[in-house]
Amino acid sequence: MATAAGSSSAAVPFWRAAGMTYITYSNICASLVRGCLKEPYKSEAASREKVHFAVTKWVSGKPEKPTIRSDSPED
Amino acid sequence: MYRQGSRLLMRATAADGARLRVTAGSRPASQAFSTEVTEAPAVDSSFLEAWKKAAPNIDPPKTPLAFMKPRPPTPSSIPSKLTLNFVLPYQSEISNKEVDMAIIPATTGQMGVLPGHVATIAELKPGVLSVHEGNEVTKYFVSSGFAFIHANSYADIVAVEAVSLDRIDPSLVQKGLADFTQKLNSAVTDLEKAEAQVGVEVHSALNAALTG
Repeated sequence: MATAAGSSSAAVPFWRAAGMTYITYSNICASLVRGCLKEPYKSEAASREKVHFAVTKWVSGKPEKPTIRSDSPED
Repeated sequence: MYRQGSRLLMRATAADGARLRVTAGSRPASQAFSTEVTEAPAVDSSFLEAWKKAAPNIDPPKTPLAFMKPRPPTPSSIPSKLTLNFVLPYQSEISNKEVDMAIIPATTGQMGVLPGHVATIAELKPGVLSVHEGNEVTKYFVSSGFAFIHANSYADIVAVEAVSLDRIDPSLVQKGLADFTQKLNSAVTDLEKAEAQVGVEVHSALNAALTG
């Protein structure tokens, strides 16, 4: 973010002013709420936090070997 | 089809310009509210006629508008019930339910939505959503999301995470609130401060939901 988000006259939320996007803010809120649940709901909810994707970089028109990125509270 | 493009654009702006000049007067046609603009017809008759002349033996193509269901009309009198849709990314909590009122936790405060509410888009903050139907009240704690209230008394609420209040563990809420308040005091960078403040905000809202 090159320019400070508060440089225009519009009021920005505190997280936007600190450089956070809405999606990041929303995901943080959701994971905090999930962390305050009683069992067994908490373990059911933990599965929703998992992010799993494979990234393939392309160099000179050819794909390289894909790397698997798995982002979950356990890893 | 592109030859008809400019005609379609002109038709839309001219019709609204004439209508708006009579009513509001100050708003140019291009700035009409989306709730005032009439719906585009699903079938364009002059395009169909032109197609039939050019290629009478081939069926005319359907446009995306023909596949869409028409927008439910805005009734002339205020309906007695609000039709509510409440969805989460992983399931549909409430689907086309007719209710009396919904109180949503908008960033501008608790907003009561009754049938006939003006069309609104509201960003939600972490808080309690309560749905009132007759004598029963169903409460959900919503982490964040948006509420779209349409002119025809349909309301769509989308949230990332919503739980009923009895699934929240009060001890974890207190612990989280204490943790994040402490992190807020010791935070250095802007981002750390923002994250800690989000934590404090969410946990205070959870606390208020449990005690309120």
